[in-house]
Amino acid sequence: MAAPLTLVLILAVTIRAVLFRSSLAELISERVEVVSPLNAWKRVVEGLALLDLGVSPYSGDVFHETPLVIYLFHFVVDYADIVFMIVDGITAVALYLAVQDYNKNVFRKQKFALEAERYPHDCLELMRSPKEMHYIPLKVAMFYLLNPFTILSCVAKSTCGLNNAVVAIFILSTLKGSALLSAIFLALATYQSIYPLTLFAPGLLFLLQRLYIPVNPCRSSFWLFTVQYAVMFVGSLLVIVCLSFFLLGSWDFIPSVYGFILSVPDLTPNIGLFWYFFAEMFEHFRFFFICVFQINVFFYTIPLSVKLKEHPVFLIFMQIAIISIFKSYPTVGDMALYMAFLPVWNHLYRFLRNIFLVSCVLLACTALFPVLWHLWIYAGSANSNFYYAITLLFNVGQILLVSDYFYAYLRREHHLSQGLYLRRKDGSEATLVLK
Amino acid sequence: MGLLSDPNRRKALTSLLTRLNTPICVVCYLAGIAWFMGLAFEPFTLRTYMSENAMGSTMVEERFSSGERALSTAREFAAQKKKVGGMPVDWLVKTMQARGLEVFTQSFSRNLPFPDESKERFMVRGTNVYGILRAPRAPRTEALVLSAPCSPGNSNNQAVGLLLGLAQYFRSQIYWAKDIIFLVNDHDLIGMQAWLEGYHHTNITGMEYTPLQGRAGSIQAALSLELSSDVITSLDLVLEGLNGQLPNLDLVNLFHAFCQKLGILCTIQGKLQRSDWDTVEGYTHAAQTMMLMVLKQASGRPWGEHGLFLRYHIEAASIHGINSFRQYKTDTTTIGRLLEGMVRKLNNLLERLHQSYFFYLMPSLTRFVSIGYYMPAFGLLTAILLLRALDLWVQLGSPTAVMEDGVGDAEVQSSPGVLSLLTPVVISHLTGVALYTLPVLSQELAVQHFPVSETEAVVLTAIAIYTAGLALPHNTQRLISGEGTEQGWKVLKLVALLYLAVLLGCTALINFSLGFILAVTLVPAAACVTPHVPKALSAVAMVLLSPGCTVLYCIFLFQELQEAPVTLSEGWMLFLSVISQGVLDHALYGSLVYPLLSLLVYPCWLLFWNILFWK
Repeated sequence: MAAPLTLVLILAVTIRAVLFRSSLAELISERVEVVSPLNAWKRVVEGLALLDLGVSPYSGDVFHETPLVIYLFHFVVDYADIVFMIVDGITAVALYLAVQDYNKNVFRKQKFALEAERYPHDCLELMRSPKEMHYIPLKVAMFYLLNPFTILSCVAKSTCGLNNAVVAIFILSTLKGSALLSAIFLALATYQSIYPLTLFAPGLLFLLQRLYIPVNPCRSSFWLFTVQYAVMFVGSLLVIVCLSFFLLGSWDFIPSVYGFILSVPDLTPNIGLFWYFFAEMFEHFRFFFICVFQINVFFYTIPLSVKLKEHPVFLIFMQIAIISIFKSYPTVGDMALYMAFLPVWNHLYRFLRNIFLVSCVLLACTALFPVLWHLWIYAGSANSNFYYAITLLFNVGQILLVSDYFYAYLRREHHLSQGLYLRRKDGSEATLVLK
Repeated sequence: MGLLSDPNRRKALTSLLTRLNTPICVVCYLAGIAWFMGLAFEPFTLRTYMSENAMGSTMVEERFSSGERALSTAREFAAQKKKVGGMPVDWLVKTMQARGLEVFTQSFSRNLPFPDESKERFMVRGTNVYGILRAPRAPRTEALVLSAPCSPGNSNNQAVGLLLGLAQYFRSQIYWAKDIIFLVNDHDLIGMQAWLEGYHHTNITGMEYTPLQGRAGSIQAALSLELSSDVITSLDLVLEGLNGQLPNLDLVNLFHAFCQKLGILCTIQGKLQRSDWDTVEGYTHAAQTMMLMVLKQASGRPWGEHGLFLRYHIEAASIHGINSFRQYKTDTTTIGRLLEGMVRKLNNLLERLHQSYFFYLMPSLTRFVSIGYYMPAFGLLTAILLLRALDLWVQLGSPTAVMEDGVGDAEVQSSPGVLSLLTPVVISHLTGVALYTLPVLSQELAVQHFPVSETEAVVLTAIAIYTAGLALPHNTQRLISGEGTEQGWKVLKLVALLYLAVLLGCTALINFSLGFILAVTLVPAAACVTPHVPKALSAVAMVLLSPGCTVLYCIFLFQELQEAPVTLSEGWMLFLSVISQGVLDHALYGSLVYPLLSLLVYPCWLLFWNILFWK
């Protein structure tokens, strides 16, 4: 399996290298869909220049990267192209290994359940065969590396790729069962962009499950491990933040990075929901609605964790998707990370209901973004409403996609416990309706 | 959300859509065409109205009176032009300076990719002359442009004369709040392109020009004047710009308002307005006017000197004087007053024209159809593609019995490999790339080996590649390992249908007319094609509905509507010149129609052609 993965990596690197050399790179790095004020390469360069001059990079209102990123690029700025390609490669390999591990677990569990005859008899066709599962890790790596969104994001040198890599390594270390590494990388991801904080819940749930600790608030072992994991997480977060402070010698970066993410002062159009809404809003409602919008990202963690406490990996997927939809400065690179997980849920395909509609919507929106941008900014004949309409549609499409997968997952689990052919009390065939 | 989550209702809807797919598609197509033709019917259109406050309430008084003097300047200009044998730069500089303008020149040169036979030029070299009248009343941050082309031969002298006359008159007025630039451009659009690129410090078409020495503020609006006789019967307003862009509707309203005020006959597409909208003739007339606009817009080329301004976010229109055999004449003084009035109102603008519509079609000068009214016509046509795609999706899903509810036997069919799908897509796009690049690249080779001129070589190479693309299916079949399956063509058709829908949708947003015209011919071909229809007959139908033939029909229709019908052979010659013009427009001004057709629409059509010959 290593050979195909290497091939995919080589192909991905070739495509990126060609694009880096072509004149398209500059065009791509200007697109608002690909870069946001938070992760634009132009801003990193600006920050580096300020740093070289001995000025705090956060003194202007341009630079919003974390101090670790700027010190990373301080050393490798000349090899930025290669760094971004390597980072993408790391993400893909991490996802590959993680999914491989996950699939082994799933298969083992299914085997035990079959031996214990826990499934109803008509569910055999829902069972997953090793044959179909064999190529899934490779498909995941392919979906990440060859996804046009990832390629665009990498060619634009958006630092979103770095965040994706950190999250991917977090997933890998969690799935491998290393609580310490998992906490460290979760802290790193949180430090980079706050939102991965919501991944704390699935990470914890997975590790609990792995250690056979029941999720039960009455048990002391549950609390013991939770506190342990939380301490590791908070501890490493503190270490990283303090490290940044010592590197930089000031706390400037806190308002400049986290304040910037949370209070959304930059309303440059992007594919998210914030910019138009806050551009139109009266100033005195702003604070209230910022709270509402930001809570939106974090809030779904609670109901989803309750519902999916037995399935933490699916919960990770849901959380990443929700973050990439509702975060304040989303780019297509964020989408690419959760899209890479779609092959893992191949077996849910038969239960998906709107996949045709959703893929049409996402496809059409992707094509319409540049067109409407052109009409608005260059031709001047359309206006921001056109662009926002597409943004809205795009996000509705994504939400439909995610909720469709959610429904399909729950539905499969339901069938696995209740049997595939449901009967009403009077014996007629029943259908499941989600209302 | 009931429809998205309730399986029973979804099942009912999907089965309805698949069972009645063909009738629904036919109805959609007819409804789309009918809707479009209905747009010209007056009760369905809106009356134009002035949206911009700054131009509506403030009346201005026109006092320009030196029409005769403008004409004598025009005669002097004509004499100088004849003497120099081109643009009399020195004379223009001197005259403009005498009228108190800051005068600058800009020289430019441009080698065409191949000789332009209709205008007889290849290596173009020229000089633009422009004078700036500085605004006495305001900081010089905004400007207006009045331009007139210096055309070869005896035409357009009066336009330059009137321009100079207006400059002299404007100079003595004190109310200007925006700089006014008087521009006389050489070699029509090429000169205009050079000037605009120089003004905005861009270089998108590989033009060589000297940088502008004097600049004014950001240009808010521009008017281009074409006038070839001392008196005129009517003024024609030309709106269609590069890539089908149109100026703000308020500019049209402004022109119409002043024509009304001064009693000048005004036309659009060279057609006068008729008041008998409820008769057949009245409707036909409006439909003709609208169709002319649609065809001109679809061509994507600038139909007047103003066309290039629109790219820079500058509202612009060309005003074209027509002298026919009518008794009623308008003299130069009145035209001067019209321009004075328009420029003064534009001078009053507080912000760019943005209040009124940018997306519209005009069946007459006082009536317009806005985007909300014409888009459904296009939407109905695209709906067919989506319906067919849905039908195919359901068909593809039904053997595995995914049906709507997911419960059923999951017998996995051998799905067509990605490779067999990717091969036709890649090959047809490579053909598209060849169609786009080879004609210009291979002209030298063709000229050496065949007795043709460069222009003919380019056009004939394009047609040859286009035709050669039709031989594609046989080649593709050999490349795909194994046989194409039933599933294979369905998946390919599904992809092609969605591709075409997105492509046409994007085109229609940028240039509605082009998108609509392509949809009218491509949608039936795309909807009907399967490998199981009689080959020869459908092959002929497919070719007749291909993008190349669409261009041919458009030429005949355009000539018919212009009341200058052509015979078949003349039409063919026009077709050839249109192709060469399309390539030239792309190279010179960056018109997108040629690359769109060759790189995207044609390959997409080839995919359907491929499906027809699927084995």
